[in-house]
Amino acid sequence: MAVKLMQGNEAIGWGAIAAGCRFFAGYPITPSTEVAELLSRELPRVGGKFIQMEDELASMAAIIGARIGGLKSMTATSGPGFSLMQENIGYAAIAEIPCVVVNVQRLGPSTGQPTAASQGDVMQARWGTHGDHPIIALAPTSVRQAFDLTVKAFDFSERYRTPVILLTDEIIGHMREPVELPDLKTIQIFEHNVTEKPEHFKAFRNTPDGVPPLAPFGVGYRYHITGLFHDEVGFPTQRLDEIDPWLERVNTKLERNIDEIALVETDYEPGARLALLSYGCSARTARHALKVARAGGRKVDMLSLLTIWPFPEKQVEALGERVERIIVPEMNRGQLAGEVERMVGRKKVVRVTRANGEMVTPQMVLDAMEA
Amino acid sequence: MSEHILEAATLKKEEALLPQANWFERSETLQKLRKTKKFPTIWCAGCGIGVVMGALIRAIDHLGLDNDQVALVSGIGCTARMPVYMDFNTLHTTHGRALAFATGLKIARPDMKVIAIMGDGDALAIGGNHFIHAARRNLGITALVVNNSIYGMTGGQYSPTTPFGRKATTAPYGNIEPPFPVCELAIAAGASYVARSTVYHALELDKYLTEAIAKDGFSLIEAVSYCHTTFGRLNKLGTAADMMRALKENTIARTAFERLPPEEQAANTKIVRGNFVNIERPQYTAIYANLISEVRGGEK
Amino acid sequence: MSPQVADRTEVRLAGEGGQGMILAGIILAEAAAIYDGKNAVQTQSYGPEARGGASKAEVVISSGEIDHPEVLHADVLLALSQEAFKKFAGELKPGGLLVVDEDKVDATDAPSAVRIPVTRLAVETTGKQITANTVALGVLVGLTGVVAREAIEKAVSARAPRGTEEMNRQALEAGFAAAARVKTNR
Repeated sequence: MAVKLMQGNEAIGWGAIAAGCRFFAGYPITPSTEVAELLSRELPRVGGKFIQMEDELASMAAIIGARIGGLKSMTATSGPGFSLMQENIGYAAIAEIPCVVVNVQRLGPSTGQPTAASQGDVMQARWGTHGDHPIIALAPTSVRQAFDLTVKAFDFSERYRTPVILLTDEIIGHMREPVELPDLKTIQIFEHNVTEKPEHFKAFRNTPDGVPPLAPFGVGYRYHITGLFHDEVGFPTQRLDEIDPWLERVNTKLERNIDEIALVETDYEPGARLALLSYGCSARTARHALKVARAGGRKVDMLSLLTIWPFPEKQVEALGERVERIIVPEMNRGQLAGEVERMVGRKKVVRVTRANGEMVTPQMVLDAMEA
Repeated sequence: MSEHILEAATLKKEEALLPQANWFERSETLQKLRKTKKFPTIWCAGCGIGVVMGALIRAIDHLGLDNDQVALVSGIGCTARMPVYMDFNTLHTTHGRALAFATGLKIARPDMKVIAIMGDGDALAIGGNHFIHAARRNLGITALVVNNSIYGMTGGQYSPTTPFGRKATTAPYGNIEPPFPVCELAIAAGASYVARSTVYHALELDKYLTEAIAKDGFSLIEAVSYCHTTFGRLNKLGTAADMMRALKENTIARTAFERLPPEEQAANTKIVRGNFVNIERPQYTAIYANLISEVRGGEK
Repeated sequence: MSPQVADRTEVRLAGEGGQGMILAGIILAEAAAIYDGKNAVQTQSYGPEARGGASKAEVVISSGEIDHPEVLHADVLLALSQEAFKKFAGELKPGGLLVVDEDKVDATDAPSAVRIPVTRLAVETTGKQITANTVALGVLVGLTGVVAREAIEKAVSARAPRGTEEMNRQALEAGFAAAARVKTNR
């Protein structure tokens, strides 16, 4: 493919097509709508299907239903819609149905500022639905990465049978940059392969990696899927001897595979005693500040988190051992910084926050370095 | 027994899908009920939901459908527990969202028969928006609404179909809201097939469900039932048998209703049973399949 | 002081919704990134309405990596409305280039502003007010050389709806001509 000036939201749409997404259900909402517009045009061209549902509750439900029918599925939304989707994100988590939810974060809460950027849904992405549950959230820092992490989101959702949140933001979603996408046909992701005979199939059994293969409906594996606590064949159960091992598997399957899931980018310098840690659009700001600081002779480390959830604890903890101070710029009131503090202690963390729709500036980060 | 129901249903014998003497042994579907772990059911003794489940199984059996080709999708509530007892592809979802899950499933697998099984609160309160839009799209799903006029599982709160004046645990002085007419709502929203019967008129349910499942477009069956445990107790309506009898006495077949003089029709307070709509409209997944072939053909 | 490492030219195009500022920004970024061998990032902000309200496109152009994607201190500001002028003129880098539509913006308190009747030129040249953004691109590139003239010509032509290529070429040309007149008079 040739170099094109492309929007982050468009790159997400192409990433979905490349990953084999063949069903999209959504509801119009700024600033995510371009994803739906692109897929309404492109999905039928590859034999896929697009539907605009009556709301985000239905959109989330429909993508789960379609995946149960065998189609890789996605939806895209922003804050208010993401709030509505929480109900069935929990369902997908506990019923272990792969799906990808794009959240192009805007300023909230409530209607907030529909066209203003934010990173205010970091905690909602983790804990937005009720109850303990596994979740993966990935945050791209560029248009090209929006494509790559969308592909990754599908791969993770299939591989670990979990909803994956592509937690992007209005800046990355609407930003245009030159990108050269790979040939979409060369992209491959994890595919489920059920080898058991139907009579032996157990959709929720324990396996060495904690992720049992998933069979779609309508091909001979008749089984039950429910949002109730269930046994290994899917029937509701209140027996603790059935619930406990299942809960343990579901809630630890991501930890068991954390080395594959925790994606980070490091740019470390020997002797640095100060580090920048950021993600999404704010990682761009941090990197700008990093270059200025280094040009001025300062040694600074930089850790960019591409995986936000599960939190890359090991990497952050190791960074905390390398340096004395970690500056965390983000477009909220310190949601991710709190997680960093949990790993390295409050005294080491400097929050650089802005939650009014405007980006953190490089100068704000540089000032924090001086302080 | 069959003759008795037939009489009550005012259905002509040739219209009814009468089960044959050895129907249980003949029915592969029934043989494949999930008898092992799941029975007995969670429903109260005397509940009408089991009758609807029987009718559904018989309808699928009459149509000779392969179990693998049938998906039952439900929401939350007493009625929504129905799929787990049957050996199909069964999906028990969140409250109100059965039709939204079913929409994704049907679009992914247009070849499958997708049946959404809901109670009145599930389908019409929390799921009301999905209900009208699924009907509007004419997506090829059968919506089976078991209407018992109450939230049974949570203990008897008033629902969108609780009659005016009736008591519920959240309407201790009587319900002050008018109820939704379920069939009329589906008709207005664009359903291709709409019928109503009751759990007393089981053979009517068999027939309507058979027609609804066979229908290509969106179909709605309202199966009027009762909840003696909550609604009946709060409104002093007697036992399950009393409430079953009331369904016989307080309903009227559409054909009989239409023979009534206008003034009696206007004064009618009985529930009208019958098939109200049976039309052909373009079905969503068929339209989308055409769209795909046009879009792809246009590129060649 | 604005922190800068790689070379970085920051252009801000501001006006009302409906004046095509965001499209102009996209075209400028395409000129840089696709036709001029440079790197570019385009961002935008706008009100919730499709017409009226403030609309702003930003383009950062560099020969190297662009990290922070938004304008920090604009090197160039084009203001096609009074509101845009009021909001952004103060954020222009000292010595930066300010271009205003002289029929729409009272810029008496900005003596160094370059005054060009962008919208009027569009109407006079093509008969269509909507080509004002193309005229503006001609003016901007003519005055700054931020991208090569050939690059912006190709970018405009590639984005012009079928049948409007000639009209847009004329509009761009009118912008370049206006820029040339300004340069001569300086």
